Amino acid sequence: MAEVEGGGCELFSAGHRACGGCGPALAARLLLKATGKNVIIAAATGCMEVFSTPYPETAWGVPWIHSLFENPAAVASGIEASLKRQGRTEKVVCIGGDGSTLDIGVLCISGAFERGHDITYICYDNEAYMNTGIQRSGATPYGASTTTSPVGKCSHGNPHPKKDMPAILAAHGAPYVATASIAYQNDFIKKVERAINTPGPCYIQVHTPCCTGWGFESGETLNMAKLAIETGLWVNYEMVDGRIEKAKKVRRKPVEEYLSKQKRFRHLFKPTRQDDVIANIQAIADANAERFGIDIKAKEPSE
Amino acid sequence: MLEFMEGSHAVAEIIKRCRPQVIAAYPITPQTHIVEDLAQMVANCEIDAEYITVESEFSALSACLGASAAGSRVYSATTSQGLALMFEVCFNVAGMRQPIVMTIANRSLGAPLSIWNDQQDSISLRDSGWLQFYAEDNQEAADLHMIAYKVCEDHDVLLPAFVCFDGFILTHTYEPVALPTQEEVDAYLPAFTPYQRLDAENPLSFGMYATPEYYMEFRYEVDRAMQRAKQAFIKAGREFGERFGRDYSALVEGYRLEDADTALVAMGSICGTAKDAIDEMREHGRKVGLLNIRMFRPFPAQEIANALKGVSTVAVLDKNISLGNGGAVGTEVKAALSGSGISVYDYIIALGGRDVRKRDIAAVVDLAEKGEGDLFYGLRTEVL
Repeated sequence: MAEVEGGGCELFSAGHRACGGCGPALAARLLLKATGKNVIIAAATGCMEVFSTPYPETAWGVPWIHSLFENPAAVASGIEASLKRQGRTEKVVCIGGDGSTLDIGVLCISGAFERGHDITYICYDNEAYMNTGIQRSGATPYGASTTTSPVGKCSHGNPHPKKDMPAILAAHGAPYVATASIAYQNDFIKKVERAINTPGPCYIQVHTPCCTGWGFESGETLNMAKLAIETGLWVNYEMVDGRIEKAKKVRRKPVEEYLSKQKRFRHLFKPTRQDDVIANIQAIADANAERFGIDIKAKEPSE
Repeated sequence: MLEFMEGSHAVAEIIKRCRPQVIAAYPITPQTHIVEDLAQMVANCEIDAEYITVESEFSALSACLGASAAGSRVYSATTSQGLALMFEVCFNVAGMRQPIVMTIANRSLGAPLSIWNDQQDSISLRDSGWLQFYAEDNQEAADLHMIAYKVCEDHDVLLPAFVCFDGFILTHTYEPVALPTQEEVDAYLPAFTPYQRLDAENPLSFGMYATPEYYMEFRYEVDRAMQRAKQAFIKAGREFGERFGRDYSALVEGYRLEDADTALVAMGSICGTAKDAIDEMREHGRKVGLLNIRMFRPFPAQEIANALKGVSTVAVLDKNISLGNGGAVGTEVKAALSGSGISVYDYIIALGGRDVRKRDIAAVVDLAEKGEGDLFYGLRTEVL
């Protein structure tokens, strides 16, 4: 346990050990702007935990606890119960990466959401196990090359689409589920504010591009997050009591504009163009557009 | 006043009086009666606690960790496969110095699946940083929980503890038990004062990542706290004796050892059978005694060596097997007595609920006195 020092006006202070251009680090900073000081964070093992708390240094200006990779939702359940018994008012927020959240931690999350604890779970989705060296997770997009879904003579990268975790948690009866992106910062902050002020278990999955894992220049992080939205491969929406509301509308660009800028999809273009795989990815974006109704029609003004 | 009750119920009644603020547990045989009793007490508003009906033992202990770090006294109970599922969290709780008390209704581990008693489950967690206490009977099982909270929450210790009692043999057995009143328990065990807690007024980071420059020192500190737990236990056990008339200040307890040539060494309910067997053997002039290891972690090696210094032969009854290396208790007792000249023999016994009778104890003593040991006792060779 280490004392929190300095930090200036930021509750998530500078000087941590994230890569330059780290999407998750920005998400953490925005998250604490939304929560303010009256919060307790339960974190999963992962990039964010490691780069922000190498003993005896911590970047967290709020109470923070890390236990294991797969248990922040259970730890948070205990914290919430304890606070309730003590009559305390801190909000309880979990943070886990996509591997923790969509894969190894599902049991604990499902239990916490079914029991209805008053917690907010933030999944920072950088679409692979980045801390261990870019292995595929249940959130890795179809066609992406990772170190455990590598491109090869008989592989075009990850064979499965992203697991739909927001729908899984909405099906638990969560009153508020949302997706967000670090490209739309005020939107993310507003969603966090709404989630922590909604009684019961709430979930936000925030898209946080990883320059190291995806293979793009560190100055391009926000552009990459924006392109994911603009191609329909990431959709920002809210689900209130299980009903989809407020999906962000876009004038969609072809998925190639997003894919071609990242090393993890380079094999789709070089040495030979993989038209079938690109078409499959375009179909995913088209299905997203259909499901969430994000396409701006000819005469509608842009959002 | 003695009341006739089931062991599990005695433990639940004591836990109620220890006033945990958060209880998280998952049902597993033979622990279930404890957590059912506690759930009913919460439902009846007899106990002012949050009861989290978790979806697994892994989450049970994880939730306890969070609640403890937030500043609450917490409780859980498990056994066998449930404890195995908690393995990762167990190490974490100890490393994070959370004073959690958990009952272990000792049971064997699969495969093959067995719901019956041995002590493989808790003994397999001996390196995890949890204090381990073993009860001989239901009175001791109940009492040890109060002592455990006092020792664990001592700011010189700050470690978690298993209070172990044998599944079915004790958990489901009715015995007369004296339960202290709420006022008496409150006087012995004051409200929990966390050393540090998760608190927005004083933000701290718990469970940080340690590089090789720091990791070993963290482990050293846990080990030192383990050593301090011996003194804390002696003190808490003595105070318990002064208040309630049952003294638990001994980490190991001898029975008819004063003039014994052969000593049995054991943990848990088998000690009761051993005492009766010893009484019978004594009637036939056999100088046999027993050493009951009440505290297995930290391991009281010096106390064991002192207690056994007059004997020539030791027979350890191990209700566990460290496969490939004999029983865990025997291995550690041998180390504690190394260089003493005492012959120490280990007997793997009563695994998976195999019954142990007085004549089995006598047979083990015979084997030890003949110099035959380090074996599985009572194997049914016809089914091998």
